[in-house]
Amino acid sequence: MMFDYNVVWEAMPLYLGGLLTTLKLLALSLFFGLLAAIPLGLMRVSRHPLVNISAWLYTYVIRGTPMLVQLFLIYYGLAQFEFVRQSIFWPWLSSATFCACLAFAVNTSAYTAEIIAGSLKATPHGEIEAARAVGMSRIKMYRRILLPSAMRRALPQYSNEVIMMLQTTSLASIVTLIDITGAARTVNAQYYLPFEAYITAGVFYLCLTFILVRLFKLAERRWLGYLAPRKS
Amino acid sequence: MLKGYGAVILDGAWLTLQLALSSMALAVVLGLIGVALRLSPVRWLAWLGDMYATVIRGIPDLVLILLIFYGGQDVLNRVAPLLGHDDYIDLNPLMAGIGTLGFIFGAYLSETFRGAFMAIPKGQAEAGMAYGMSGMQVFFRVMVPQMIRLAIPGFTNNWLVLTKATALISVVGLQDMMFKAKQAADATREPFTFFLAVAAMYLVITSVSLLALRYLEKRYSAGVKVAEL
Repeated sequence: MMFDYNVVWEAMPLYLGGLLTTLKLLALSLFFGLLAAIPLGLMRVSRHPLVNISAWLYTYVIRGTPMLVQLFLIYYGLAQFEFVRQSIFWPWLSSATFCACLAFAVNTSAYTAEIIAGSLKATPHGEIEAARAVGMSRIKMYRRILLPSAMRRALPQYSNEVIMMLQTTSLASIVTLIDITGAARTVNAQYYLPFEAYITAGVFYLCLTFILVRLFKLAERRWLGYLAPRKS
Repeated sequence: MLKGYGAVILDGAWLTLQLALSSMALAVVLGLIGVALRLSPVRWLAWLGDMYATVIRGIPDLVLILLIFYGGQDVLNRVAPLLGHDDYIDLNPLMAGIGTLGFIFGAYLSETFRGAFMAIPKGQAEAGMAYGMSGMQVFFRVMVPQMIRLAIPGFTNNWLVLTKATALISVVGLQDMMFKAKQAADATREPFTFFLAVAAMYLVITSVSLLALRYLEKRYSAGVKVAEL
Protein backbone atom coordinates (compact mmCIF):
# COMPACT_ATOMS: atom_id res chain seq x y z
CA MET A 1 0.00 0.00 0.00
CA MET A 2 1.48 3.30 -1.09
CA PHE A 3 0.42 6.88 -0.53
CA ASP A 4 -0.19 8.42 -3.96
CA TYR A 5 1.48 11.86 -3.80
CA ASN A 6 1.09 12.56 -7.52
CA VAL A 7 -2.68 12.65 -7.43
CA VAL A 8 -2.65 14.99 -4.43
CA TRP A 9 -0.14 17.23 -6.18
CA GLU A 10 -2.18 17.30 -9.40
CA ALA A 11 -5.33 18.17 -7.47
CA MET A 12 -3.63 21.01 -5.58
CA PRO A 13 -5.35 23.80 -7.62
CA LEU A 14 -8.70 22.23 -6.72
CA TYR A 15 -7.79 22.21 -3.02
CA LEU A 16 -6.55 25.80 -3.14
CA GLY A 17 -9.83 26.88 -4.75
CA GLY A 18 -11.59 24.99 -1.98
CA LEU A 19 -9.46 26.79 0.61
CA LEU A 20 -10.65 30.13 -0.80
CA THR A 21 -14.30 29.01 -0.66
CA THR A 22 -13.88 27.81 2.93
CA LEU A 23 -12.31 31.11 3.99
CA LYS A 24 -15.02 33.10 2.19
CA LEU A 25 -17.80 31.09 3.85
CA LEU A 26 -16.12 31.41 7.25
CA ALA A 27 -15.57 35.18 6.98
CA LEU A 28 -19.10 35.94 5.76
CA SER A 29 -20.87 33.78 8.31
CA LEU A 30 -18.72 35.04 11.19
CA PHE A 31 -19.29 38.66 10.20
CA PHE A 32 -23.07 38.44 9.90
CA GLY A 33 -23.27 36.05 12.86
CA LEU A 34 -21.45 38.51 15.11
CA LEU A 35 -23.60 41.37 13.83
CA ALA A 36 -26.73 39.50 14.90
CA ALA A 37 -25.18 38.16 18.10
CA ILE A 38 -24.54 41.54 19.74
CA PRO A 39 -28.22 42.61 19.94
CA LEU A 40 -29.19 39.02 20.81
CA GLY A 41 -26.64 38.97 23.64
CA LEU A 42 -27.98 42.26 24.95
CA MET A 43 -31.51 40.82 24.80
CA ARG A 44 -30.33 37.79 26.80
CA VAL A 45 -29.25 40.01 29.72
CA SER A 46 -32.37 42.20 29.54
CA ARG A 47 -34.55 42.32 32.64
CA HIS A 48 -37.68 42.51 30.50
CA PRO A 49 -38.99 38.89 30.59
CA LEU A 50 -40.50 38.90 27.07
CA VAL A 51 -37.30 40.21 25.47
CA ASN A 52 -35.13 37.85 27.46
CA ILE A 53 -37.27 34.74 26.82
CA SER A 54 -37.57 35.31 23.07
CA ALA A 55 -33.78 35.54 22.75
CA TRP A 56 -33.38 32.50 25.02
CA LEU A 57 -35.82 30.49 22.89
CA TYR A 58 -33.89 31.38 19.74
CA THR A 59 -30.52 30.32 21.13
CA TYR A 60 -32.00 27.22 22.77
CA VAL A 61 -33.62 25.91 19.58
CA ILE A 62 -30.60 26.67 17.40
CA ARG A 63 -28.16 25.15 19.87
CA GLY A 64 -30.36 22.09 20.41
CA THR A 65 -30.64 21.00 16.78
CA PRO A 66 -27.93 19.76 14.39
CA MET A 67 -26.35 22.19 11.95
CA LEU A 68 -27.11 19.78 9.11
CA VAL A 69 -30.86 19.95 9.82
CA GLN A 70 -30.75 23.76 9.89
CA LEU A 71 -28.89 23.80 6.58
CA PHE A 72 -31.37 21.40 4.96
CA LEU A 73 -34.34 23.38 6.30
CA ILE A 74 -33.05 26.49 4.57
CA TYR A 75 -31.59 24.96 1.41
CA TYR A 76 -34.18 22.25 0.61
CA GLY A 77 -37.01 23.18 2.98
CA LEU A 78 -37.89 26.72 1.96
CA ALA A 79 -38.54 25.70 -1.67
CA GLN A 80 -41.62 23.82 -0.45
CA PHE A 81 -43.57 27.07 -0.15
CA GLU A 82 -45.06 28.71 -3.21
CA PHE A 83 -44.79 32.23 -1.74
CA VAL A 84 -41.06 31.80 -1.13
CA ARG A 85 -40.52 30.76 -4.73
CA GLN A 86 -42.53 33.76 -5.93
CA SER A 87 -40.78 36.26 -3.67
CA ILE A 88 -37.99 38.63 -4.69
CA PHE A 89 -35.58 36.74 -2.40
CA TRP A 90 -35.83 33.55 -4.44
CA PRO A 91 -32.72 34.19 -6.61
CA TRP A 92 -30.79 34.42 -3.33
CA LEU A 93 -32.51 31.54 -1.57
CA SER A 94 -31.93 29.17 -4.49
CA SER A 95 -28.17 29.75 -4.33
CA ALA A 96 -26.24 27.19 -2.31
CA THR A 97 -23.61 29.74 -1.25
CA PHE A 98 -26.22 32.12 0.13
CA CYS A 99 -28.13 29.36 1.94
CA ALA A 100 -24.95 27.96 3.47
CA CYS A 101 -23.85 31.42 4.67
CA LEU A 102 -27.31 32.14 6.06
CA ALA A 103 -27.50 28.81 7.91
CA PHE A 104 -23.96 29.19 9.32
CA ALA A 105 -24.58 32.80 10.35
CA VAL A 106 -27.82 31.87 12.14
CA ASN A 107 -26.04 29.02 13.89
CA THR A 108 -23.01 30.98 15.06
CA SER A 109 -25.18 33.96 16.11
CA ALA A 110 -26.91 31.76 18.70
CA TYR A 111 -23.66 30.43 20.20
CA THR A 112 -21.98 33.84 20.10
CA ALA A 113 -25.00 35.54 21.72
CA GLU A 114 -24.67 33.18 24.70
CA ILE A 115 -20.93 33.90 24.94
CA ILE A 116 -21.54 37.68 24.90
CA ALA A 117 -24.37 37.39 27.44
CA GLY A 118 -22.17 35.34 29.77
CA SER A 119 -19.38 37.85 29.42
CA LEU A 120 -21.72 40.80 30.06
CA LYS A 121 -23.02 39.13 33.22
CA ALA A 122 -19.44 38.69 34.44
CA THR A 123 -18.71 42.44 34.28
CA PRO A 124 -17.03 43.52 37.55
CA HIS A 125 -19.57 45.50 39.54
CA GLY A 126 -17.13 48.34 40.14
CA GLU A 127 -17.03 49.16 36.42
CA ILE A 128 -20.81 49.66 36.38
CA GLU A 129 -20.77 51.71 39.58
CA ALA A 130 -17.98 53.90 38.24
CA ALA A 131 -19.93 54.52 35.01
CA ARG A 132 -23.01 55.48 37.01
CA ALA A 133 -20.93 57.67 39.33
CA VAL A 134 -19.71 59.82 36.43
CA GLY A 135 -23.32 60.19 35.32
CA MET A 136 -23.41 58.11 32.13
CA SER A 137 -26.79 57.28 30.63
CA ARG A 138 -27.65 53.58 30.18
CA ILE A 139 -26.94 53.66 26.46
CA LYS A 140 -23.63 55.45 26.92
CA MET A 141 -22.66 52.98 29.67
CA TYR A 142 -23.34 50.01 27.36
CA ARG A 143 -21.51 51.61 24.46
CA ARG A 144 -18.45 52.86 26.33
CA ILE A 145 -18.03 50.52 29.29
CA LEU A 146 -20.04 47.29 29.24
CA LEU A 147 -19.73 46.16 25.62
CA PRO A 148 -16.03 46.93 25.08
CA SER A 149 -15.10 45.27 28.34
CA ALA A 150 -17.38 42.25 27.73
CA MET A 151 -16.24 41.75 24.14
CA ARG A 152 -12.61 41.62 25.28
CA ARG A 153 -13.34 39.09 27.97
CA ALA A 154 -15.33 36.99 25.49
CA LEU A 155 -12.26 36.61 23.28
CA PRO A 156 -10.96 33.24 24.57
CA GLN A 157 -14.40 31.61 24.25
CA TYR A 158 -15.02 33.28 20.92
CA SER A 159 -11.82 31.76 19.56
CA ASN A 160 -13.29 28.31 20.27
CA GLU A 161 -16.47 29.29 18.46
CA VAL A 162 -14.49 30.49 15.43
CA ILE A 163 -12.65 27.17 15.26
CA MET A 164 -15.95 25.28 15.58
CA MET A 165 -17.31 27.41 12.72
CA LEU A 166 -14.28 26.59 10.56
CA GLN A 167 -15.14 22.93 11.04
CA THR A 168 -18.83 23.56 10.45
CA THR A 169 -18.17 25.11 7.03
CA SER A 170 -17.23 21.59 5.87
CA LEU A 171 -21.00 20.89 5.73
CA ALA A 172 -21.17 23.22 2.71
CA SER A 173 -19.80 20.31 0.68
CA ILE A 174 -23.07 18.44 1.31
CA VAL A 175 -25.03 21.15 -0.52
CA THR A 176 -22.78 20.95 -3.62
CA LEU A 177 -20.25 23.69 -2.75
CA ILE A 178 -16.59 22.99 -3.50
CA ASP A 179 -14.88 23.99 -0.27
CA ILE A 180 -11.87 22.06 1.07
CA THR A 181 -14.06 19.06 1.89
CA GLY A 182 -15.87 19.43 -1.43
CA ALA A 183 -12.51 19.38 -3.21
CA ALA A 184 -11.61 16.17 -1.38
CA ARG A 185 -14.93 14.59 -2.37
CA THR A 186 -14.29 15.58 -6.02
CA VAL A 187 -10.79 14.09 -5.92
CA ASN A 188 -12.18 10.90 -4.42
CA ALA A 189 -14.87 10.69 -7.10
CA GLN A 190 -12.30 11.16 -9.88
CA TYR A 191 -9.49 8.88 -8.74
CA TYR A 192 -11.15 6.68 -6.11
CA LEU A 193 -8.40 7.37 -3.60
CA PRO A 194 -10.44 8.20 -0.48
CA PHE A 195 -7.54 7.95 1.95
CA GLU A 196 -5.29 10.39 0.10
CA ALA A 197 -8.16 12.76 -0.73
CA TYR A 198 -9.47 13.15 2.82
CA ILE A 199 -6.10 13.12 4.58
CA THR A 200 -5.09 16.09 2.44
CA ALA A 201 -8.29 17.93 3.41
CA GLY A 202 -7.57 17.10 7.07
CA VAL A 203 -4.06 18.60 6.81
CA PHE A 204 -5.52 21.79 5.33
CA TYR A 205 -7.99 22.13 8.20
CA LEU A 206 -5.33 21.33 10.79
CA CYS A 207 -3.09 24.11 9.43
CA LEU A 208 -6.01 26.57 9.39
CA THR A 209 -6.86 25.65 12.99
CA PHE A 210 -3.26 26.23 14.12
CA ILE A 211 -3.16 29.59 12.33
CA LEU A 212 -6.44 30.67 13.94
CA VAL A 213 -5.25 29.60 17.41
CA ARG A 214 -2.06 31.64 16.88
CA LEU A 215 -3.99 34.71 15.68
CA PHE A 216 -6.29 34.61 18.69
CA LYS A 217 -3.29 34.24 21.04
CA LEU A 218 -1.92 37.45 19.53
CA ALA A 219 -5.31 39.17 19.81
CA GLU A 220 -5.57 38.13 23.44
CA ARG A 221 -2.13 39.52 24.19
CA ARG A 222 -3.16 42.78 22.50
CA TRP A 223 -6.60 43.25 24.07
CA LEU A 224 -6.55 41.10 27.18
CA GLY A 225 -2.99 41.82 28.30
CA TYR A 226 -4.25 43.68 31.34
CA LEU A 227 -5.88 40.49 32.67
CA ALA A 228 -2.86 38.22 32.17
CA PRO A 229 -0.94 37.09 35.27
CA ARG A 230 2.01 39.36 35.96
CA LYS A 231 5.37 38.06 34.80
CA SER A 232 7.71 37.97 37.74
CA MET B 1 -49.16 11.29 10.82
CA LEU B 2 -46.64 12.90 8.44
CA LYS B 3 -48.24 11.21 5.41
CA GLY B 4 -47.52 7.77 6.80
CA TYR B 5 -43.80 8.49 7.26
CA GLY B 6 -44.13 9.06 11.04
CA ALA B 7 -43.31 5.45 11.93
CA VAL B 8 -40.36 5.37 9.51
CA ILE B 9 -38.86 8.47 11.09
CA LEU B 10 -39.40 7.10 14.61
CA ASP B 11 -37.54 3.97 13.47
CA GLY B 12 -34.70 6.23 12.38
CA ALA B 13 -34.83 8.06 15.71
CA TRP B 14 -34.26 4.75 17.51
CA LEU B 15 -31.20 4.11 15.36
CA THR B 16 -29.96 7.66 16.07
CA LEU B 17 -30.27 7.01 19.82
CA GLN B 18 -28.49 3.66 19.56
CA LEU B 19 -25.70 5.27 17.59
CA ALA B 20 -25.35 8.18 20.05
CA LEU B 21 -25.35 5.98 23.18
CA SER B 22 -22.95 3.35 21.82
CA SER B 23 -20.51 5.92 20.49
CA MET B 24 -20.59 7.77 23.82
CA ALA B 25 -19.77 4.53 25.65
CA LEU B 26 -16.81 3.98 23.32
CA ALA B 27 -15.79 7.64 23.64
CA VAL B 28 -15.71 7.40 27.46
CA VAL B 29 -13.39 4.38 27.27
CA LEU B 30 -11.14 6.09 24.71
CA GLY B 31 -11.27 9.35 26.66
CA LEU B 32 -10.08 7.61 29.83
CA ILE B 33 -7.29 5.88 27.91
CA GLY B 34 -6.45 9.24 26.34
CA VAL B 35 -6.24 11.04 29.67
CA ALA B 36 -4.21 8.21 31.22
CA LEU B 37 -1.73 8.64 28.35
CA ARG B 38 -1.66 12.43 28.60
CA LEU B 39 -1.06 12.45 32.35
CA SER B 40 1.49 9.64 32.13
CA PRO B 41 5.03 10.41 33.33
CA VAL B 42 6.42 8.48 30.35
CA ARG B 43 7.15 11.23 27.87
CA TRP B 44 6.37 9.51 24.56
CA LEU B 45 3.05 8.20 25.92
CA ALA B 46 2.04 11.71 26.99
CA TRP B 47 3.06 12.96 23.54
CA LEU B 48 0.93 10.27 21.89
CA GLY B 49 -2.09 11.28 23.98
CA ASP B 50 -1.58 14.95 23.16
CA MET B 51 -1.30 14.18 19.44
CA TYR B 52 -4.57 12.22 19.54
CA ALA B 53 -6.41 15.11 21.24
CA THR B 54 -4.89 17.88 19.09
CA VAL B 55 -5.13 16.28 15.66
CA ILE B 56 -8.67 14.96 16.05
CA ARG B 57 -9.97 18.22 17.47
CA GLY B 58 -8.36 20.20 14.63
CA ILE B 59 -10.16 18.37 11.81
CA PRO B 60 -13.91 18.69 11.05
CA ASP B 61 -16.09 15.74 12.09
CA LEU B 62 -17.41 15.38 8.55
CA VAL B 63 -13.89 15.01 7.09
CA LEU B 64 -12.99 12.43 9.76
CA ILE B 65 -16.20 10.52 9.07
CA LEU B 66 -15.51 10.45 5.32
CA LEU B 67 -11.85 9.60 5.95
CA ILE B 68 -12.52 6.74 8.34
CA PHE B 69 -15.54 5.37 6.50
CA TYR B 70 -14.27 5.50 2.90
CA GLY B 71 -10.53 5.71 3.59
CA GLY B 72 -10.71 3.04 6.28
CA GLN B 73 -12.61 0.70 3.96
CA ASP B 74 -10.06 1.35 1.22
CA VAL B 75 -7.10 0.65 3.51
CA LEU B 76 -8.79 -2.51 4.84
CA ASN B 77 -9.28 -3.78 1.32
CA ARG B 78 -5.70 -2.99 0.34
CA VAL B 79 -4.31 -4.75 3.41
CA ALA B 80 -6.72 -7.71 3.64
CA PRO B 81 -5.41 -9.63 0.58
CA LEU B 82 -1.91 -9.55 2.12
CA LEU B 83 -3.36 -11.39 5.10
CA GLY B 84 -4.99 -13.99 2.85
CA HIS B 85 -8.52 -12.52 2.92
CA ASP B 86 -9.77 -12.20 -0.65
CA ASP B 87 -13.42 -11.10 -0.35
CA TYR B 88 -14.26 -7.41 -0.62
CA ILE B 89 -14.88 -6.00 2.85
CA ASP B 90 -17.95 -3.76 3.12
CA LEU B 91 -18.14 -1.77 6.35
CA ASN B 92 -21.44 -1.83 8.21
CA PRO B 93 -22.50 1.85 8.48
CA LEU B 94 -23.73 1.50 12.09
CA MET B 95 -20.52 -0.16 13.31
CA ALA B 96 -18.39 2.27 11.32
CA GLY B 97 -20.45 5.18 12.67
CA ILE B 98 -20.01 4.05 16.28
CA GLY B 99 -16.29 3.55 15.74
CA THR B 100 -15.83 6.92 14.05
CA LEU B 101 -17.87 9.03 16.47
CA GLY B 102 -16.41 7.17 19.46
CA PHE B 103 -12.90 7.83 18.18
CA ILE B 104 -13.60 11.54 17.55
CA PHE B 105 -15.36 12.24 20.83
CA GLY B 106 -12.82 10.21 22.82
CA ALA B 107 -10.42 13.03 21.97
CA TYR B 108 -12.85 15.70 23.18
CA LEU B 109 -13.59 13.73 26.36
CA SER B 110 -9.90 13.22 27.12
CA GLU B 111 -9.69 17.02 27.26
CA THR B 112 -12.72 17.23 29.58
CA PHE B 113 -11.34 14.49 31.86
CA ARG B 114 -7.91 16.09 31.92
CA GLY B 115 -9.34 19.37 33.14
CA ALA B 116 -11.38 17.56 35.79
CA PHE B 117 -8.44 15.51 37.11
CA MET B 118 -6.23 18.57 37.29
CA ALA B 119 -8.89 20.49 39.23
CA ILE B 120 -8.80 18.01 42.11
CA PRO B 121 -6.58 19.42 44.89
CA LYS B 122 -3.29 17.51 45.23
CA GLY B 123 -3.91 17.09 48.94
CA GLN B 124 -6.76 14.68 48.22
CA ALA B 125 -4.48 12.05 46.66
CA GLU B 126 -1.81 12.70 49.29
CA ALA B 127 -4.35 12.19 52.06
CA GLY B 128 -5.32 8.87 50.47
CA MET B 129 -1.64 7.83 50.35
CA ALA B 130 -1.20 8.88 53.96
CA TYR B 131 -3.98 6.47 54.95
CA GLY B 132 -1.98 3.70 53.32
CA MET B 133 -4.17 3.22 50.22
CA SER B 134 -2.51 1.74 47.17
CA GLY B 135 -2.20 3.76 43.96
CA MET B 136 -5.21 1.97 42.44
CA GLN B 137 -7.31 2.55 45.55
CA VAL B 138 -6.46 6.25 45.55
CA PHE B 139 -7.41 6.45 41.87
CA PHE B 140 -10.77 4.67 42.13
CA ARG B 141 -11.87 5.72 45.64
CA VAL B 142 -10.60 9.28 45.86
CA MET B 143 -9.91 10.64 42.37
CA VAL B 144 -12.63 9.13 40.15
CA PRO B 145 -15.68 10.05 42.30
CA GLN B 146 -14.52 13.66 42.49
CA MET B 147 -13.51 13.69 38.84
CA ILE B 148 -17.07 12.67 37.85
CA ARG B 149 -18.55 15.71 39.56
CA LEU B 150 -16.07 18.07 37.93
CA ALA B 151 -16.42 16.42 34.51
CA ILE B 152 -20.23 16.47 34.29
CA PRO B 153 -20.61 19.99 32.80
CA GLY B 154 -18.03 19.22 30.10
CA PHE B 155 -19.50 15.77 29.58
CA THR B 156 -22.98 17.28 29.09
CA ASN B 157 -21.57 19.57 26.44
CA ASN B 158 -19.77 16.72 24.66
CA TRP B 159 -22.88 14.55 24.74
CA LEU B 160 -25.01 17.28 23.16
CA VAL B 161 -22.44 17.89 20.42
CA LEU B 162 -22.18 14.14 19.81
CA THR B 163 -25.96 13.72 19.56
CA LYS B 164 -26.09 16.45 16.95
CA ALA B 165 -23.05 15.05 15.11
CA THR B 166 -24.85 11.71 14.58
CA ALA B 167 -26.82 13.47 11.82
CA LEU B 168 -23.60 13.50 9.77
CA ILE B 169 -23.44 9.71 9.65
CA SER B 170 -26.46 9.82 7.31
CA VAL B 171 -24.04 11.22 4.72
CA VAL B 172 -22.26 7.84 4.52
CA GLY B 173 -25.55 5.96 4.24
CA LEU B 174 -26.65 5.03 7.75
CA GLN B 175 -30.46 5.01 7.74
CA ASP B 176 -30.87 7.20 10.82
CA MET B 177 -33.55 9.80 11.45
CA MET B 178 -31.89 12.30 9.12
CA PHE B 179 -31.56 9.80 6.26
CA LYS B 180 -35.22 8.75 6.61
CA ALA B 181 -36.34 12.39 6.63
CA LYS B 182 -34.39 13.07 3.43
CA GLN B 183 -36.04 10.07 1.76
CA ALA B 184 -39.50 11.17 2.90
CA ALA B 185 -38.78 14.73 1.79
CA ASP B 186 -37.73 13.57 -1.69
CA ALA B 187 -40.77 11.28 -2.05
CA THR B 188 -43.41 13.77 -0.91
CA ARG B 189 -41.72 17.00 -2.09
CA GLU B 190 -42.36 18.47 1.33
CA PRO B 191 -38.83 18.88 2.69
CA PHE B 192 -39.67 21.63 5.18
CA THR B 193 -42.25 19.49 6.99
CA PHE B 194 -39.92 16.53 7.44
CA PHE B 195 -36.78 18.43 8.37
CA LEU B 196 -38.81 20.44 10.87
CA ALA B 197 -40.14 17.20 12.39
CA VAL B 198 -36.59 15.85 12.68
CA ALA B 199 -35.39 19.12 14.21
CA ALA B 200 -38.13 18.77 16.83
CA MET B 201 -37.02 15.16 17.57
CA TYR B 202 -33.43 16.29 18.07
CA LEU B 203 -34.66 19.09 20.33
CA VAL B 204 -36.56 16.55 22.44
CA ILE B 205 -33.46 14.36 22.76
CA THR B 206 -31.20 17.27 23.70
CA SER B 207 -33.75 18.73 26.17
CA VAL B 208 -34.28 15.42 27.96
CA SER B 209 -30.52 14.84 28.17
CA LEU B 210 -30.00 18.32 29.54
CA LEU B 211 -32.55 17.76 32.32
CA ALA B 212 -31.21 14.30 33.18
CA LEU B 213 -27.59 15.42 33.30
CA ARG B 214 -28.45 18.49 35.36
CA TYR B 215 -30.12 16.19 37.92
CA LEU B 216 -27.02 13.98 37.92
CA GLU B 217 -24.80 17.00 38.47
CA LYS B 218 -26.89 17.98 41.48
CA ARG B 219 -26.61 14.45 42.88
CA TYR B 220 -22.84 14.35 42.49
CA SER B 221 -22.44 17.84 43.97
CA ALA B 222 -24.28 16.96 47.19
CA GLY B 223 -22.26 18.39 50.07
CA VAL B 224 -20.31 20.87 47.94
CA LYS B 225 -20.69 24.40 49.22
CA VAL B 226 -21.28 27.08 46.62
CA ALA B 227 -20.56 30.69 47.45
CA GLU B 228 -23.71 32.78 46.92
CA LEU B 229 -23.16 36.33 45.75
